[in-house]
Order: sequence, then C-alpha cells, then structure tokens
Amino acid sequence: MSVVTVQLGQCGNQVGQELFDILCRDAQDGQRTPYCTASWERFFHQTTHGELVARAVLIDMEPKVVNQSRAKAERSGQWRYGDTSHFSQKQGSGNNWANGYCVHGPRHRAVVEDLVRREVERCDRLAGLMAMMSVAGGTGSGVGTFVTQCLRDIYPKSFILNHLTWPYGTGEVIVQNYNSVLTLANLYRLSDAILVHENDTVHRICSQLLNIKHISFSDVNRVIAHQLGSVLQPALTADSYGCYSRNPLGELVSALACHPEYKLLSVCTIPQMSSSSIAYSTFSWPGLLKHLRQMLISNTKMEEGIDWQVRPPAASERTRSLTGPSFNRSVANLLILRGKDVYSAETGGFEDPALYTSWLSPKEAFDVWKSPMPFNKYEKSATLVSNSQALLRPLDNMVGKAWNMFASRAYIHQYIKFGISEEDFLDSFTSLEQVVASYSQLS
Amino acid sequence: MTQSVVVQVGQCGNQVGCRFWDLALREHAHVNKKGLYDEALSSFFRNVDSRKSDGGAVGVGGRIQHLKARAVLVDMEEGVVKEILQGPLREVFDSTQLLTDVSGSGNNWAVGHMMYGSAYREQIVEKLRKAAEHCDCLQCFFLIHSMGGGTGSGLGTRVLGLLEEEFPEVCRIVTSIYPSAEDDVITSPYNSVLAMRELTEHADCVLPVENQSLVDIVNKIKHMSYSGKAGSVIKTDSSIISGRGGVSGAEKPFDAMNNIVANLLLNITSSARFEGSLNMDLNEIAMNLVPFPRLHYLVPSLTPLYTLADVSVLSRRLDQMFSDAFSKDHQLIRADPKHSLYLACALMVRGNVQVSDLRRNIERLRPSLPFVSWNQEGWKTGLCSVPPVGHSHSLLALANNTCVKPTFVDLRERFAKLYRKKAHLHHYLHVEGMEQSFFSEAMASLSSLIEEYHQLDATKRTLVPDAPRLSIAR
Repeated sequence: MSVVTVQLGQCGNQVGQELFDILCRDAQDGQRTPYCTASWERFFHQTTHGELVARAVLIDMEPKVVNQSRAKAERSGQWRYGDTSHFSQKQGSGNNWANGYCVHGPRHRAVVEDLVRREVERCDRLAGLMAMMSVAGGTGSGVGTFVTQCLRDIYPKSFILNHLTWPYGTGEVIVQNYNSVLTLANLYRLSDAILVHENDTVHRICSQLLNIKHISFSDVNRVIAHQLGSVLQPALTADSYGCYSRNPLGELVSALACHPEYKLLSVCTIPQMSSSSIAYSTFSWPGLLKHLRQMLISNTKMEEGIDWQVRPPAASERTRSLTGPSFNRSVANLLILRGKDVYSAETGGFEDPALYTSWLSPKEAFDVWKSPMPFNKYEKSATLVSNSQALLRPLDNMVGKAWNMFASRAYIHQYIKFGISEEDFLDSFTSLEQVVASYSQLS
Repeated sequence: MTQSVVVQVGQCGNQVGCRFWDLALREHAHVNKKGLYDEALSSFFRNVDSRKSDGGAVGVGGRIQHLKARAVLVDMEEGVVKEILQGPLREVFDSTQLLTDVSGSGNNWAVGHMMYGSAYREQIVEKLRKAAEHCDCLQCFFLIHSMGGGTGSGLGTRVLGLLEEEFPEVCRIVTSIYPSAEDDVITSPYNSVLAMRELTEHADCVLPVENQSLVDIVNKIKHMSYSGKAGSVIKTDSSIISGRGGVSGAEKPFDAMNNIVANLLLNITSSARFEGSLNMDLNEIAMNLVPFPRLHYLVPSLTPLYTLADVSVLSRRLDQMFSDAFSKDHQLIRADPKHSLYLACALMVRGNVQVSDLRRNIERLRPSLPFVSWNQEGWKTGLCSVPPVGHSHSLLALANNTCVKPTFVDLRERFAKLYRKKAHLHHYLHVEGMEQSFFSEAMASLSSLIEEYHQLDATKRTLVPDAPRLSIAR
C-alpha cells in the first residue's frame, strides 16, 4: 500500500527531502527484493523509464525551499520529485499562523487539493496521508493545518498522520508558541496521530552522539529523517505472515493512538553514532533493548545520560498513585527492530504492566515490528514510537509561555488582522489544557 | 520572489539612497558572476531592454540588459537629484522615477507636509503606482528620510501616509535619520516631533538612526585604521564605511556615514534576496518584533564594523561579533540596550555561520540581557548564506528595546523648549492647512509613546508572576 506525503513550508520541505533520500538509499542497498519492492510501492512510483518518483506534494508560500529540495532530489540521481507535484507562491506567510490558515490556505485550496488528488490516484491502494510541517512558522503551521483540514474533508476514512517538528525552545520565531498552540489544538481534532520531533532533542543527538562540531539544519533534518525512516520502512508485524505489504500508517495508528485524548507520539532510536564509530562497535539485542527500555521509563530521548534509578512503580504503589514525577508512563508503545538476528531479540521488558495505564493491558498497549534488513548502515537498530508522557513537559511549557504572552495581549493584533479572534485563541488554549491534563493524570 | 521599492525623500534620504544603490550593485555584481538577471537581482532592480521603444522588461533568467532601480526619488530642491543624474548612477534611474521642485522646504515640516504634499500628491501617487506596476509581487516599501529638515520629515511622512492609503497590504519599513542635539537647523525639534506622530501612526517598522552615532562610528573606524597597531590593521575594502568597489569613484564627505545606513538596508533584505538555511522574510520582521502596534521602533546595530587584516582566530571573532552587536558603541542610535528592557530581538546573520554557532551565542548572551517577562525567549533568527562583500560573515541585530526612550524624551525636551516661547511658530502657521493643534497633538502622541515604553521599563526589575493557567474541569 502507498503513502502520499504532503510537505509544507520550509521545514516540511527540507525534512521531507531528507526522508525520501534515506528511504530510497536504504531500499537500494544490496539485494533484498521483497523489502525493496514494498518500500518502493509505499513511497515511490516508477516511470516507464524506471525512474523513482516520490509520492509527494511540495507546498510552500515562497519558492526558494521547494526549488532547493527538488534540485537536491534531482542531483541524488536515485530519485526525484514529480515534475508537476509542487506548488509555491512568491510571498511567505510571515510567521503568522492566521495568515497561513485564513488567507493563503483558502486562497490556494483548489490547486493543493488537485495536486494531492492526482498523487492519490497514482496509488493502487492508498494507505494514508502524511503531512510534514513545523509548528513554529506561518506556512507549515497555518497552511499545514488548513490543508490537513481539507484532506480530512476529502478523505474522511483515510489515515492521516501529521509529522511535526517542534522548534527550539528559544531563538527561531518569537511567536512560535502562539503558532504551535493554534496548530496543535486544531490538529488534535483532525489528525489520527501526531508524531513529534523536537529540535532541541535532535540538536543534542547531533552534538553528543554524532559528534558534529558545527551543526547545520541539514544535520538536524537528517537525524529526524533517519528516525522517521526506521519507523516507516517495511517491517513484519505479528500477524503479517512474512508479507511486507501492509498498511504502515494504519498499523501505526491502531497500535498507538487508541484514545482520542492521547495522540502525541514521540520517537527514539538506538544506536545513533558517527559513522567512524560504527566500525568499532558491536551491538547485542539484550544490550540495546535494556537501554531503550530505560530511556522509555526515564524519558531520556537519547542514549546518553540515562537515569538508571528510575523504576516503574510497584502494583501496590500505583493504587495510592505515588508514582515519582520522573517515571514516564505510557499509553502505548510500538517497538521496531531492524537488522541481524532480529528474531532472537527478547522484548519481554516492554510488556511489564507497570509501564502502562490501568485501563490498557500490555497485550493491547505494546506491539513489535521486526525486519531482518539492517537499516541505514546500522547492523542492528531499535526504534521506539511511544504514546506516553514524554511530550507532556514540552507541551506544558509551550502552552504556558503562550498563555503568559496572551495575558498581556502581546502580538494579538497581528493575528486579528487576518481574522483570528481572541475567542479562537481561548478555544485553542482550552483544548490543549485538556490534553495536558489528560497526559498528566495518566495512571 | 518578492520585490521591494525604495522611496527616498529629501536631501539626506537621497544621499543615503544613492549609497544604497551603489552598494547593492556592488553586492550583486560580486555574487552574480554569470551576468544573468536572477531572482535576487529582481527584488530591487528591473531589467530593461532599451532597444525596445516601450522599454520592455526582460524576465528573470535572461541576460542583464539595463538595470533600473525600483525607486522613487523625491526632493523639493534640485541639487542632490541633479548630482545623481550627472554621476555614475544615472543609468539606473530614469526621469519618470524622479520628482523635484526648485525652492526647497526651508526646514519647515508644514511646507513639506502640507504645501508640497497637497501640490504633488497626484504626481507622487502616480510614480508610486508606476513603480508598483513593475513588480509582480510587491512586498515592501523602504522609505528613507531625515527627521530634522523640511522635505524629508514633512513630505517624507506625507508619502508614508499615501503609501498606507494606496497600498494598505504592502509593508512599510521606514529608515529615519534623527538629528544631533547640536543640529544647525533650529526648527529640527518641531520637525522631528511632528514627523514622529506620522511614523507612530502609519509605519509598520521604523529603524531610527542617529546622526551622532554615525559620526562616532566613522571616527572610531578612522582612528583604528590610523593607529596601525600590529594585529589591528583594518582591511580598507571591507569596513562598512567604505564604498570601494562601487561604481562611484571619489568619496564625498558624508559618504562614510551614509554607507553605514546603506549597509543596514542591504543586510535587512539579504535573507529575502539570497538563499539560506533559515530564511527570514521581510514580513516576518514586524510579525516577530512588534508586540503592540505603536511600539514599532527597532534599534539597529551592525557588526563587524570593520575586518581586521589579520585573519587568525576565526571562531573567537565570530563570538565577538555577537557580543559587539549588543554593545553600546555598535548601536545606530545613542542607546544602551543592555541596561534597558528588550521586548524582542532579531539576529540576521550572513555568511558561513551555522545554527549551532547561533545557538551557542544566544545561550551565552541571554543571561546578560533583560527581556520583558512575557517574552523571555524573544529571539528571532535568520541565516543567509551569502556574506556581504569583503566579509566572511556579518550580523544585523534589530532590537525592540525601551532604550529608544531617552532619545524620544530628549527630543520632547528640545521641542518643549521652543514651543514654550512659541518660537518660529508663525512660520508653520502661515502654511495653508497647518494648525496649532498639530503641535499639541504631536506632542501628546510622543508623550503617550514615551509613557508606553516607560510602563514596560518599570516591569524590568520586578518579578512578574506567571499568569494563572486555565483550569480544566475533571
């Protein structure tokens, strides 16, 4: 089954390009026909000349990044974007969610819908749609929210996954918390699941695990693409009987997003290291999984500085709800293992009922996908997609800072100019406070 | 790609504008080696085939034929504009972009604003429309003028009002040159305060620049280049006061000062013209830096002001560049942002600088800079990969900071001193349409602006508690 990707704004278009690059290179490495065929069917269609063309639509309100991403893809020599599957305008949304959502989005609705429809018609079977964007700026967040809404209208029964890049805590866009709050509150009612990468976390991975001295945005984007690729590439589920071609988005959503109040997914992958260190490292499944489990329960998003003191509360403690604040409780987890000897990996550590809520048993809350194909130069790798309290603190921070700004009504006039009222802000705050409350009361 | 139109009004506006066009040509010539008319060039220049009788425009991608500046030049005397038309830049302007009179405004805001404003209204609008028609996506008007004289301050702010009326959707960024306290124009406090009200009401952003700061910076650079200490030798082609490499030859007295302002305009638009890993479009400036509509005065600072000939210690110098941007002697107005309150701050970086360099420096500098309680993380950043000519990297900081207040208070005092004695008032009240209420209203507008800054400033040392969050029914 095939996934149609919609890349929105500067960030969405840059991350999307890196993602397709990794997907394409990974599938082409070596002779692994069923895997490769399944991956291609998912993300590319082939022209009569055998060229791989990404099943993607590129959308931005200014031309520079779309052109750059298309040129980069072309230069790879391995794959490219469709000749006509992109749309850009001349003037960006100016970091203003309202400008993207109320002005640019509606103005270009027909063109964008048409581009997506054409891409969907190229698929034999549609697995779902993935919209990639940041929440900080104006186009990704504002136009992205509007486009997601349109997709929901046209494809009411399809799976829609939003991949969001959350901005650095400081220093990118001053009104980023407003834009984020408006985006998340709206996506929460439109999207099936929201997969989040935080720039701060990924930046730390670049500096501490990959040892990159001068970190550029493409370094950050490549790490995001690596993690995302390891989730999206074909893998075998418990009931797929050795056949790769299943619905990746549908399975992801049904494994993780079981309740409409809980839709935020975080990702962590191990190992991640500079390519020079890989050659000197050996990995064992018990070692990797032990680390990954501790990363999950202590909410550490990379394999360094893991707090080994954190333990899941015993059953007796739970009833009195005395769980320490540092323990990260999950609604659901999906573990994806790729590489050598994958069938020997023992995943029992993730099936401990203490990791999960009282209302979902580990059997329902935990899922494993496996593939014997090593992913992106790692002999063995494990990725955990988690619907847990991991994003609670950054979300709470985001809402808190936006609320503080809103209390003095700073910058509100810029949004009102484009048709967003103070009530719209209040509605968004209310629905996100609800999300914050739901996640923090997990037990 | 979007386009911008520069509107230069009065003697000072035209002199600065002239330096801007010279340096813009130099910058594009440096980057654009193929001689093709590209997107970057199209933002400030049209490409015209002069062989065609209608002066037909050549599209992006074609060879450069004749570059014409997207500019409207307005002055109420002939001197400066005539000089431009006899100089090396004459090729980039044609007569349809110019508007002059012969008698000047006599350092009288009312003459510029009321008399000439009414007399030339149609013609000005006509020229603005013409310039706008040549753009396929007009994003921004850059108005350059001075505050002290008659034409720049009076007619300049009239043009600003016309821009708002005729092109309400297009962003208006104004560069205003403020007079020194020892200005030889005796009526300059009147003119400045009358102009301030127009700026506060009709501009999207104002970049205030003080004459005295420019003088100080130029003197400092000259001093550096004469002292000739080892390790502090300055490369003459890369200091921002130098126009070397431009089409103009010998430098005129104010050129060094005007070059600084021209560089400010080049850097503010660089991210909209060239590629970068974190673009910053012109409409993002007001969006990020203007929390309340009237408080749109953004204090600019440029670094490095010069490049040392010695090329060692690169990364230390990069960090120095960030530190300098917040120091007193790099601000283009006489102000100390570090000891006032930041409402918001933008860092526009050019050259080979990565996001990690940016983050390291923000982390390093943040503790020493006071930000308003609800915008503790009020940083906006842009990374443009093309550095200015002669530099490996550069930084333009735009600060929405309460440090503009002393400049405004000072101005109000000088205004009050004249106004108490009703000195020179009759010159203004002669002019048709001018009334005394204009003076008191302009004064009231300035006072309320000062008060708004003052109230924010007062929150600086107090601990403002977070707003209580919405509570959710369980």
